[in-house]
Amino acid sequence: MTDTQSPAPLMEVRNLSKSYRVGGGHRLVAVDGISLSVMPGEMLGLVGESGCGKSTLGRCMLRLTDISAGQVMFEGRDITTLPERRLRPLRPRMQMVFQDSSACLNPRRRIGDLLAEPLRVHPGPDQRRRQAADIERRVRDLMELVSLPVAALTRYPHEFSGGQRQRINIARALALSPRLVVADEPVSALDVSVQAQIVNLFSDLRTRLGLTYVFVAHDLAVVRQVSTRVAVMYLGAIVEMGATDDVLHQPAHPYTAALTTAVPRPVVGATPPPPLGGDIPSPVNRPAGCRFHTRCPYVQDRCRMEAPVLRPIRPGHEAACHFPLPPS
Amino acid sequence: MCSLTHGCVMPADPTIPLLDVSDLCVSFPAGGRMVPIVEHVSFTLPEAGILGLVGESGSGKSVTAMAIMGLIDTPGVRVSGSVRFRGRELVGLPPRQIRRLRGRDIAMIFQDPMTAFTPVYTIGWQIDEQIRAHERISRTQARARTVRILGEMGVPDPERMARRYPHQLSGGLRQRAMIAMALSCNPTLLIADEPTTALDVTVQAQILDLIRSLRGTYGSSVLLITHDMGVVAQTCDSTLVLYSGRVAETGPSDRVFSHPGHPYTAALLDSIPPLYGPRPDRLPAIAGAPPVPMARPPGCAFGPRCAHVHAACTTTPPALLPLGPDHEAACVLPAEGTPLPPRTAADWPIDTIGDACP
Amino acid sequence: MTALLHRAGQTLLVLFGVSVLVFGVFFATPGADPTARIAGRNASPQIMEKVRHEYGFDRPLPVQYVIMMKKLFITRDLASYANRGERVVPEIMQAAPVTACLVCGAAFIWVTMSIAMGTVAAAMKDTWVDRGLMMLGLVGISIPVFWLGEVANLVTQNRYHDTWLFSWVPGLGYVPFSQSPLGWFRALVIPWTVLAVMFIGIYSRVLRTDLVTLAGEDFIRTAHAKGLSPIRVLLWHGLRTSMVTFVSLFGMDFAQLVGGGALLTEVVFGLPGVGRLTYRALTTLDLPVIMATVMYSAVFVVLANAAVDVIYVFLDPRVRDAS
Ligand SMILES: Nc1ncnc2c1ncn2[C@@H]1O[C@H](COP(=O)(O)OP(=O)(O)OP(=O)(O)O)[C@@H](O)[C@H]1O
Ligand SMILES: Nc1ncnc2c1ncn2[C@@H]1O[C@H](COP(=O)(O)OP(=O)(O)OP(=O)(O)O)[C@@H](O)[C@H]1O
Ligand code: SF4
Ligand code: SF4
Ligand SMILES: [Mg+2]
Ligand SMILES: [Mg+2]
Repeated sequence: MTDTQSPAPLMEVRNLSKSYRVGGGHRLVAVDGISLSVMPGEMLGLVGESGCGKSTLGRCMLRLTDISAGQVMFEGRDITTLPERRLRPLRPRMQMVFQDSSACLNPRRRIGDLLAEPLRVHPGPDQRRRQAADIERRVRDLMELVSLPVAALTRYPHEFSGGQRQRINIARALALSPRLVVADEPVSALDVSVQAQIVNLFSDLRTRLGLTYVFVAHDLAVVRQVSTRVAVMYLGAIVEMGATDDVLHQPAHPYTAALTTAVPRPVVGATPPPPLGGDIPSPVNRPAGCRFHTRCPYVQDRCRMEAPVLRPIRPGHEAACHFPLPPS
Repeated sequence: MCSLTHGCVMPADPTIPLLDVSDLCVSFPAGGRMVPIVEHVSFTLPEAGILGLVGESGSGKSVTAMAIMGLIDTPGVRVSGSVRFRGRELVGLPPRQIRRLRGRDIAMIFQDPMTAFTPVYTIGWQIDEQIRAHERISRTQARARTVRILGEMGVPDPERMARRYPHQLSGGLRQRAMIAMALSCNPTLLIADEPTTALDVTVQAQILDLIRSLRGTYGSSVLLITHDMGVVAQTCDSTLVLYSGRVAETGPSDRVFSHPGHPYTAALLDSIPPLYGPRPDRLPAIAGAPPVPMARPPGCAFGPRCAHVHAACTTTPPALLPLGPDHEAACVLPAEGTPLPPRTAADWPIDTIGDACP
Repeated sequence: MTALLHRAGQTLLVLFGVSVLVFGVFFATPGADPTARIAGRNASPQIMEKVRHEYGFDRPLPVQYVIMMKKLFITRDLASYANRGERVVPEIMQAAPVTACLVCGAAFIWVTMSIAMGTVAAAMKDTWVDRGLMMLGLVGISIPVFWLGEVANLVTQNRYHDTWLFSWVPGLGYVPFSQSPLGWFRALVIPWTVLAVMFIGIYSRVLRTDLVTLAGEDFIRTAHAKGLSPIRVLLWHGLRTSMVTFVSLFGMDFAQLVGGGALLTEVVFGLPGVGRLTYRALTTLDLPVIMATVMYSAVFVVLANAAVDVIYVFLDPRVRDAS
């Protein structure tokens, strides 16, 4: 957000909150007052541990769920309260890829059908229904784009491996030439050797299509490979955000530091530092003050009282901590 | 000789390894024929050692572990080869006898702590149950031990936690409780099947720390199953790489990571995105996917994806050949005089732990 | 505790809803004069007038509802005019114990039998024992209960009654427990069995399927890895977990049987229970009786449902926390 030279952001959320009603009259605040913007051509990585609200944030951005408070702007337009009918024309320009590649593909439809479906439902760029021949051509292009054989179009999802199914999912998200893609843990369920293929596919797609995407993952190394900027989430809020290597190599927030040291690296002999104690608190009763204070090794009295806000600490680098770590 | 009655403790003979698996094969019946899922797997695990079993999903890691425990009960399954635990053959052991070993000498923990506890009993009840299945002690004594072990596993307020139901605990606590249950009878071998896959990184770090400390505090050996090379590097003394049900490479972890002898191991290491150092434009990915067990190629199972594949690879599966002390790989390249180059610092620039420590 | 109170409140609300619905269906249907229906066919104008006044049919609907409920639950003097002014509620109260005895006995048989059969079948999965038991279960499900009852009657009352095997079987009808416990047992044992057969079939098959599915679960694997005996794993981990589904199934069936669902069995064996009462009322179009029995069975289903929920709370700790 300190990015001033760029023109309008493609996607911007301001003070976005999303809470769910859970049993016993409690409210679970899954996303708690998040503000961020995504510039055209940017690859924003969203990392954080399970349940911190990454998927919820992604779904809110695309208005796939209702929003409790705040604003969502897409292409400079406020879409927070837009009814689904008016949202429909925007849908082709913002798409989502999900983690579980098999759950999103109807097992009884052929791949060709699955890819053609969004093309049949949504009108073409000229606002008219697409011709069958155009659809056919587009489907073949998509298969080529994600490096799958065209012959596979007549097969069913279960005949593919996990990595191939994820390619199909990506192809389907790309069918309508979106400007923004939110990828929710698209490689988490894949094996390392296959994961690398999909990570490369994302890099390729960006150079070939000039895509903008928000890439949700919990694997820091994967996020680093595919993003220009990262946002680290903890318990529903962004605790640190900035240029990828800046954040990962010179973390200012103690949580980010803990996260980077906790990632097991394939290097033998290095003794890992002592792990962070405790578990993530429940989002139903968040700790008062700094949301990380129950686990923070640097906690002070002030942290228990006063919640730190996300503020710039270095150019292009924000953190929500009263006592940010100095650059090493 | 040790009798099979209760309370038998087999002597630790330093000359025989704790666990000696040789030529283990497991095949399941499917579509009217036997499909070999695990083929000729051999390895040894010394006392107080930690062995990492790595491989992609479906490579047969869990099946190997279940075969060691004698837990495969699919009708028609064929298990051959030998699994020697302190010199005692486990394959073909009558169910009653192997049951005595299970939980007491060999314990196992599973991937998903969410579903691995019976939902209707408290954690404490389930740990007590295991203790009382193997030892004649009273309920109160069992509970006292349960509470002690839970505490040792870093569970806060163990007495109260023991009275909680599984769903009331977070994933990390549940996995600790699982480990506590596994250790409740002081087993000499702990088989951990992806114990941290369902957990977050910071919690994973806690559990791995715990597993590393077991050999010091309990003298237990661990067979750690994972698909994460990082976890192996940080936790295990030796590594066994499984590919499509066969051993691709095995050896001391530092050798396997610095001098991989099998192209699969090398490619696997290369395809991990670096967290530090320059960022490559593209990751060196392995094309394709592992073969399904029904349709393995006649030669090297990795052949269809291998960058070094040639005629010699496609006839018979290559045998495991020694590369150094305890280091073996199932690839024809070393024997042909063209071994893979060792991985240099250039492959792992400054990617060492502790760099990012403030 | 608050959860239980909450649940009790919910139950009362549902009961109120059901009573309004039943009342609506029977008395507030537009275009039909309920007076004639209560008074019965060919009733004299005086009786019509008496009924109209007694039930307040000349007053607004809510008042009618209140009068009806008062007659059902408080003064209990709802009378059946078709049946020479017999009081309906006491009649039901008399019939209810018969039905309760029939259903409880049958339930005992079907629960024990189906648990035994389902567990044994699951333990011996894919053996001939399993196949045999499940086949038996299927047969039990497919036999219509009235047919089985008639056959049982034929065999034990007529054909072989004089043989040593069935000479102890008393004639059709009911013997109250207070009068002769042995007679009570003798009178009911065959109806119990007949009623239980179908449920044994259903429950044992459901339980077996459940246990077999559970066998693939992680926690069963854990239990085996702990070194427990297969029997213990099956009973303490498998069966105990299955009980959660079992109980919810049982609650529904039990409630609908007590509420009059055992009608065919009661009719076939001449047991004066709620089912037979309903049956008789239906054949004579005796509206007050029909309404009262419908109301009674609705109350039972709702109460049993609430009971199941309470048992659930004891059986499944996850439910305990969710509420
Ligand atoms: N529909 C829902 N109803 C109630 N709570 C929900 C719902 N969806 C999500 N939550 C809760 O909101 C919080 C954030 O969930 P979310 O799925 O966004 O997390 P996440 O960061 O994507 O986690 P993961 O890495 O596990 O996918 C979690 O605590 C989750 O339990
Ligand atoms: N009981 C069984 N019957 C038939 N096939 C089985 C059985 N159990 C496992 N398999 C097959 O054996 C192969 C190896 O399975 P296994 O569970 O050992 O893989 P894994 O290496 O543990 O993978 P993951 O990382 O996904 O846990 C798979 O192809 C699986 O389908
Ligand atoms: S504000 Fe305090 S508790 Fe929170 S992260 Fe910073 S130092 Fe830690
Ligand atoms: S044997 Fe051949 S195909 Fe197999 S890994 Fe070695 S070089 Fe590759
Ligand atoms: Mg998510
Ligand atoms: Mg496995």
